[in-house]
Amino acid sequence: MEEIRLMKGNEAIAEAAIRYGCDGYFGYPITPQSEIMETLMELQPWKTTGMVVLQAESEVSAINMVYGGAGCGKSVMTSSSSPGVSLKQEGISYIACAELPCLIVNVMRGGPGLGTIQPSQADYFQAVKGGGHGDYRLIVLAPSSVQEMADFVALGFDLAFKYRTPSMIIADGIIGQMMEKVILPPYRPRRTNDEIRQQCPWATLGKPDNRERNVTTSLALEAEEMERTNLRLQAKYKEICENEVRFEAVNCDDADFVLIAFGSIARVCMSAMEIGRKEGLKIGVLRPITLYPFPTLKIQELAKKAKGILTVELSAGQMVEDVRLAVNGSIPVEFYGRMGGVVPTPEEVLEQLKKQLVK
Amino acid sequence: MTTQDIIKPENLVYTKTSIMNDRNMHYCPGCSHGVVHKLIGEVIEEMGIKETVIGIAPVGCAVFAYNYLDIDWQEAAHGRAPAIATAISRLLPENCVFTYQGDGDLAAIGTAETIHACNRGENIVIFFINNAIYGMTGGQMAPTTLEGMKTATCPYGRDVKLNGFPLKISDLLAQLDGTCYVTRQSVHTVPAIRKSKKAIRKAFENAMAKKGTSVVEFVSTCNSGWKMTPHQANMWMEENMFKKYPLGDLKDK
Repeated sequence: MEEIRLMKGNEAIAEAAIRYGCDGYFGYPITPQSEIMETLMELQPWKTTGMVVLQAESEVSAINMVYGGAGCGKSVMTSSSSPGVSLKQEGISYIACAELPCLIVNVMRGGPGLGTIQPSQADYFQAVKGGGHGDYRLIVLAPSSVQEMADFVALGFDLAFKYRTPSMIIADGIIGQMMEKVILPPYRPRRTNDEIRQQCPWATLGKPDNRERNVTTSLALEAEEMERTNLRLQAKYKEICENEVRFEAVNCDDADFVLIAFGSIARVCMSAMEIGRKEGLKIGVLRPITLYPFPTLKIQELAKKAKGILTVELSAGQMVEDVRLAVNGSIPVEFYGRMGGVVPTPEEVLEQLKKQLVK
Repeated sequence: MTTQDIIKPENLVYTKTSIMNDRNMHYCPGCSHGVVHKLIGEVIEEMGIKETVIGIAPVGCAVFAYNYLDIDWQEAAHGRAPAIATAISRLLPENCVFTYQGDGDLAAIGTAETIHACNRGENIVIFFINNAIYGMTGGQMAPTTLEGMKTATCPYGRDVKLNGFPLKISDLLAQLDGTCYVTRQSVHTVPAIRKSKKAIRKAFENAMAKKGTSVVEFVSTCNSGWKMTPHQANMWMEENMFKKYPLGDLKDK
């Protein structure tokens, strides 16, 4: 039978991780996502599923614990918020290059600097364009409901293992803190070491005599060898872009004007669309669910019919650059954003759409 | 006497441990790393723990440790080996996890990871090569560089007013409740090598028995970084390094 509960987004992440059969969580407290580790410590999954939960001495240490666990083929994760995710970038770059799977959650807050604990989407560039050093990408999932917070844990892990690359959930303080009804996923058993040996022959679980030693490393001193590593990564990212694009398109078929937004602000745009439709404006909403890979083809398809696009973000305008790259000047792409934790109302979004596009 | 007579098993007095690969080392002649690698390999073989051991290589000269010992390895970011070892040890409690780190890795950039892994009493072994210099990057000042000692980034000698004091990090780690065994050894003479091997074995036994963190510091030479011959480096180490970093157990509980 379905198990339905009223939960915060952060709590849903914790609950979903245990149910997924996650082997380890390593984190460091930071607002507005501390409930993830608090919930795990409260539930004590090490007594039930055997999941390890450890509070590290820093975000740097936490992501390197994830690196270690991932190298053993374990399903391991960490979570943080913007300043903490900046600290994790070194480790994320290593994990991406060593081609290891893991899940990273960023419940974004306003920056730059220590910023504010209020919601923001200003880490889009960091998440989508790489974040750390070197040519790498993450699979980036953007939930816009507490249900998706729960669902994307399994999706993030599954994609991470499918492509041997880190997945990141980027939510914001609104999604992390708000309470909604959640249909909880069923419990899956944690994989045994024998299952890991079968499914992840690269995992460092101790070397038996019947195989070569396994080494997880991101080091290749020879230029040609490092280029081969890069080419292998790029081929993988291309495959991800071809197969894993996810989005929600609402009322886009007849839309003259398309609002493009992800995460919490996409919900505000849905309300703006409903108000606008009542006024006779043919508005649609495109909500990218995967920010990487980005729904470029879908946006190009919409641009053939629509008169204009308004990208709405809780930032100075980051995703709008990718929308403009997709549209490539064929129709106007305008931007409306608020920063520092200010969340616009549906009326404000609609007013901006009228001002910038309908005129 | 023919060759076949000479290589009879009863005449065998020395053999390379099977844990070591047949690969030429990149270490400079005279460097302590090779001896410590060999000892770790011998102890792993003698204890019969090859299938359970997972090593964490550092950033520094020993970054390629994974090329020489035939076990599973993970290669860490600079200073982060104890964090990696922590997770592996927690997720695979039946395995035996060790880190192999230099002075810059363990006592400068990785200070937080080192102290907190030791303070949590992770059931891991930390092998610490202290040669008072950054070898791989070309001989810069380390946290353990002696007062007055010349390096590429203190070419006129370490000035404590400018650079602070040489860090006796093993003494600091011995103060932590999570460590069960902290010892300082060297590998420059045969007796010293024998003592080091015993220390390595005790450290692995502690990890298997889940007694907490064991730290084995090897006061080492970097003759190329120190710009000396291997022999001169050994003499210099005895005269200077051992004064600041005296050999012996700092803690054994």
